[in-house]
Amino acid sequence: METPLTRSIAPEKAPPDLAQYEKAGGYAALRKALRMAPGDVTAAVKEANLRGRGGAGFPTAQKWSFVPMGDDAPHPKYFICNADEMEPGTFKDRLLLEGDPHQLIEGMIVSAYAVQADVGYIFLRWAYKLAAQRLEQAIAEAYHRGYLGRNIAGSSYSLELHLHVSAGRYMCGEETALLNALEGKRANPRAKPPYPQVSGLWGKPTVVNNVETLCCVPHIVNKGAAWFKNLSRSGDGGTKLYGVSGRVKKPGLWELPMGTPIREILEEHAGGMRNGYRFRGLLPGGASTDFMIADHLDVAMDFDSMQAAGSRLGTGTMIILDDRTCPVGMLHNLEHFFAQESCGWCTPCWSGLSWVEQILKGLEDGKGEASDLERLQSHARLLSPGHTFCALAPGAAEPLQSGLKYFRDDFDRHIREKRCPWRS
Amino acid sequence: MATIHIDNRPYPVKEGENLLQQCLSLGFNLPYFCWHPALGSVGACRQCAIKQFKNEEDKHGKIVMACMTPATDGARISIEDPEAREFRASIIEWLMINHPHDCPVCDEGGECHLQDMTVMTGHTYRRYRGRKRTFHNQNLGPLVNHEMNRCIQCYRCTRFYRDYAGGRDFDALVLRNEVYFGRHQDGTLESEFSGNLVEVCPTGVFTDKSLKQHYTRKWDFQTAPSVCVHCGLGCNTIPGERYGTLRRIHNRFNGAVNGYFLCDRGRYGYDFVNSERRIRRPALRNNRSEPLQPISKGEAVQFLAELLANGTRIIGIGSPRASIEANFALRTLVGPERFYAGVSEQDGRLLASMLDILGQGPARSPSLHEVELADAVLVLGEDVTNTAPLLALALRQSIRRQPQKMAEKMHIPHWNDHAVRAAVQQEQGPLFIAAIADTKLDDVATEMFRGVPDDLARLGFAVAHAIDPRAPPVSDLPDTMRTLADTIAKALKAAGRPLVVSGMGCANVAVIEAAASVAWALCNTGHAAELCFAVPECNSLGAAMIGGAHLELAFETVLGTAAYTGIAADTVIILENDLYHRADAAAVDRFLAAARNVVVIDHISHATSARADVVLPAGTFAETDGTLVNNEGRAQRFFQVFVPQGDIQESWRWAQDLITAAGADKDDPWLNLDQVTAACAASIPGLQPILRAAPTANFRIGGQKVPRQPHRYSGRTAMLANIDVHEPEPPEDPDAPLSFSMEGYPNHPPPALNPRFWAPGWNSVQALNKFQDEVGGALTGGDPGVRLIEPLPAGKVGYFTNIPSAFERRAGEWLVVPLRHIFGTEELSALAPALAELAAKPYLALNPDDAAELGLATGDDSQLQLQRNPGQKYRLPVRLEPGLQRGSAGLPVGLPVLAGIAVPAWGKVTGVGQETPS
Repeated sequence: METPLTRSIAPEKAPPDLAQYEKAGGYAALRKALRMAPGDVTAAVKEANLRGRGGAGFPTAQKWSFVPMGDDAPHPKYFICNADEMEPGTFKDRLLLEGDPHQLIEGMIVSAYAVQADVGYIFLRWAYKLAAQRLEQAIAEAYHRGYLGRNIAGSSYSLELHLHVSAGRYMCGEETALLNALEGKRANPRAKPPYPQVSGLWGKPTVVNNVETLCCVPHIVNKGAAWFKNLSRSGDGGTKLYGVSGRVKKPGLWELPMGTPIREILEEHAGGMRNGYRFRGLLPGGASTDFMIADHLDVAMDFDSMQAAGSRLGTGTMIILDDRTCPVGMLHNLEHFFAQESCGWCTPCWSGLSWVEQILKGLEDGKGEASDLERLQSHARLLSPGHTFCALAPGAAEPLQSGLKYFRDDFDRHIREKRCPWRS
Repeated sequence: MATIHIDNRPYPVKEGENLLQQCLSLGFNLPYFCWHPALGSVGACRQCAIKQFKNEEDKHGKIVMACMTPATDGARISIEDPEAREFRASIIEWLMINHPHDCPVCDEGGECHLQDMTVMTGHTYRRYRGRKRTFHNQNLGPLVNHEMNRCIQCYRCTRFYRDYAGGRDFDALVLRNEVYFGRHQDGTLESEFSGNLVEVCPTGVFTDKSLKQHYTRKWDFQTAPSVCVHCGLGCNTIPGERYGTLRRIHNRFNGAVNGYFLCDRGRYGYDFVNSERRIRRPALRNNRSEPLQPISKGEAVQFLAELLANGTRIIGIGSPRASIEANFALRTLVGPERFYAGVSEQDGRLLASMLDILGQGPARSPSLHEVELADAVLVLGEDVTNTAPLLALALRQSIRRQPQKMAEKMHIPHWNDHAVRAAVQQEQGPLFIAAIADTKLDDVATEMFRGVPDDLARLGFAVAHAIDPRAPPVSDLPDTMRTLADTIAKALKAAGRPLVVSGMGCANVAVIEAAASVAWALCNTGHAAELCFAVPECNSLGAAMIGGAHLELAFETVLGTAAYTGIAADTVIILENDLYHRADAAAVDRFLAAARNVVVIDHISHATSARADVVLPAGTFAETDGTLVNNEGRAQRFFQVFVPQGDIQESWRWAQDLITAAGADKDDPWLNLDQVTAACAASIPGLQPILRAAPTANFRIGGQKVPRQPHRYSGRTAMLANIDVHEPEPPEDPDAPLSFSMEGYPNHPPPALNPRFWAPGWNSVQALNKFQDEVGGALTGGDPGVRLIEPLPAGKVGYFTNIPSAFERRAGEWLVVPLRHIFGTEELSALAPALAELAAKPYLALNPDDAAELGLATGDDSQLQLQRNPGQKYRLPVRLEPGLQRGSAGLPVGLPVLAGIAVPAWGKVTGVGQETPS
């Protein structure tokens, strides 16, 4: 089984420096790409069926294809790596950032070349201090080696790359809020259209891609689209970093073929539930995906299969709910997070989530009333895509609506017993 | 035009405009908060949710925000869709979660958009059981009250304050359901447009602090359509009265003039009407060593009639702050040859020059709205923020015109406000500011130039020459100025709607002529340039059109030193004018002392009225009707808001009373305003169109007048019951087609007569939507006012050739130049307590290098002596103005102790205690 993204990553060890990275075949993709037409790089990524690993699964090449190209295209164009990994339960990009920063940098340069971007930014979560240090080191090496700056590797292509350490808010992970934050403004999302590819950072064409997505790109260029597609067990190309947290025997992170079934990840890689804990459900891809239950354990973890099963692949890093944890309490914890992280822009989000959080807290505190469940249901319905300005509140509504569906009895008990049954 | 289907019925709409604006224009009641016609769409509040369907077959549809969705031909939407209705009701419920139930004690109550929208969506019962979030309220200064707990986070306030008006000391802070709209700490809001927060805020977060001093609900106000009297722009206002005091000013939308906004001087200056310094009774003294004694109106008229009948040699002095009709009535009383304009020779020359330029030249004077549409601007010599504040606000919009084209290329609709701003970023159209000192518009200037008035004029002439070589060249022009002139010329020529802004701020004819030359050079080379002059007073241009010799000649006439007029006089009637604001105090002293009888007709006591022998109480703008001509040359009618107590009456009525009492040969005395207006229109060239400024007093709709009191006016039978239990008969109004009562035509009157914006279900200022055919556009029936001055076709007028020579510093002498202040420079608004608090204090501005040479630092006392009058010494604290040209000193003219000082003038500056340098 090939693990192209993590093959050079050894936890607890320093990441490969430039020489080691090159020795292992690094920056070959960059050299190859620079000999290709930019459009051919995009075509290869399209052929490989690479879909965005940030959670939405948008086809990467299609995203790039909206960037204006040619002599009339506005410049500078920007290429941004979204490394603001703050989805609860998600720690996959961290591994790539800390473990192999040159892989990301090469992926960024190749991708930026595909859209002929002039300036790149890595927008990094503030808490990833080790990643910041390692990225800075790697960027400096890449500049020194001529992989960044003017006339990269002797070509006519130039790219400036900057590391920007975020001031830190969940909202900054939303690509247009990220752009506002990068411009020094409030991290409120922007209206779409116009999309960033047309009017992005400083009003110029901009692409924002996730860390893991970009890390795939050099391998696609190196080994071809067919190879990349063959890595996968599903229609979506490549491998995927899958993570498991919660009361399993071996919580962790694994690079596996895209489309690996949940059960396989949970039981073979995470070692199954810890003794004394029983599985009740899971959030498959971070806090803003719908709960799944035992019925779903054979679903393949790829974008389309997860969608068909009523949830989303999201970031592919699952959080396990066990039988000794109160689902209402878990939801309260999640909704507290979302309510707190609302940027305050649109009413359903800033007001609705706060209400949801308070109702859940009331249930936990034994102050629940029957009508509370109606309120929660209606919020789960009203906070849907299109109703709100961005995806934050709809994301928060996903665990809420599925939690109400799968753990209804637990909610009822809270109201009936006027207490949280998990609390002594 | 496109057709869309709303709930399965076809409607014509403007393609590409947003659906909210189109639905409102079609008359639908679709609730909204964050959207504002002047601020555009941002999609924050989600209140205007509707259903959009893909096609006729699509029964499911999806929720979209009307404000963020362009109208496209064939679109199918539903407002009544149950899911959309439920979502809209949910939005209100979410907004009301934290909103205090304090409507009965909230100043916004009764005219609250949040109340209206809550009722409109049908949200009635509270289901939220938690605590409400609370905030600290800030002291934002004397104008705006802050009550953050009422906030619904619609972001209109920051969008107006920062994005639209360029303010920097106010922002959205914090996040989630705790976004705080305020300053980083307590303190007076710095923007000159802060009062608009009161109307922009859809609920009671920002309310009028001056109204709080004498609070009245909207339904209890008696109102009338009015025009602001605190500068020359003629913004349309709605003053509100209760119990005989004027209590607030609201904006009266005029699409061509002020649009949705007012400046703080215009909004808060009204309180002078309630001032202790009001003249409320006629007064007389027989001996100048005695104080004025109150007399009855009859006695006053009788006394004056005798004076006039006894062959007194009388002259009249008019006023640029009095109406056309008041000036004309006085002119009629004394005779045209004995009527003097109430402005100094210097101001008179400036006004005459501007009138000539606008009427004889090829450049058209734009309305304020047209200023917003200009795409390249040169401001020559005028600090518009301080002399014509709303003009500054309009110019802030003009710089968005060129970048707008970038957004259009990206297919971003003009109303998609944040998307447009994100796309254009710092890009802005050309705005060049040449001024005496730094201005508050400099933050958006492309390039700036600082200089004394003559040098500003030279820059203007150089620009004109760079545009059209036939315009005379400027000799000895430094390279930097030539380069700048070329840059300005290039930008103006490249524009589709170039605009030149100037005015009387520099008190320099050359500056005005230079501005005209630039505009004419553009016109003469095929660019349709506009030329906007700022004038200081509400009827500066109107009074100038009536004419009359300047004030100094009146002085000489009375003093007997004017050999060539053939007029002798010993009695003077002064109309609504404090001469100490117009001329050197010593000259006014001599004049008033020499006149045997000084009669003052005014509403405010001042230094001139204090020296009068007879004082007659006039009505303010709120107690009278009349016509004013603004800087554009637009004649607008203002209407009486309330009937003053006692003997206060219109200045023109005093004139009429005197004419009658004196037995002057007049067959048909003026019985109402229309007759004065008509007489004036017939006899003064150029004023004929003022007849069309508004309908006449006999105008009726269905036989009815327009009521000044709203349908919900309360307490009519009770409010005076402590005096008399009989309900008083409403006063008659012979002058206007408006009544002082609730009775009258209940629907929308013609815009010039509209006393309020109010419509069923729409109690807030947003009711304005119902008075526009297209929301955001002109008022239904057309924006009020008639233009009096139109340009002559290109090529008829030659360029001005009187180009001043370059400024040269003089050793030991300073050219004292005028500086202006929005608060303090204008005498009436300075009497409003809220604005008095903000008024500038006298100072002398020096270039820091000059000050250092003099050994003066900020706050040090300096002494100023003008060459013209070295005996008069002014002791003033020093303020450093880096923008001032070396060798010049800035004086904030118009402030109380500095009123009447004519500058530019040469003078000496010394430190107090220092010897005059020899």
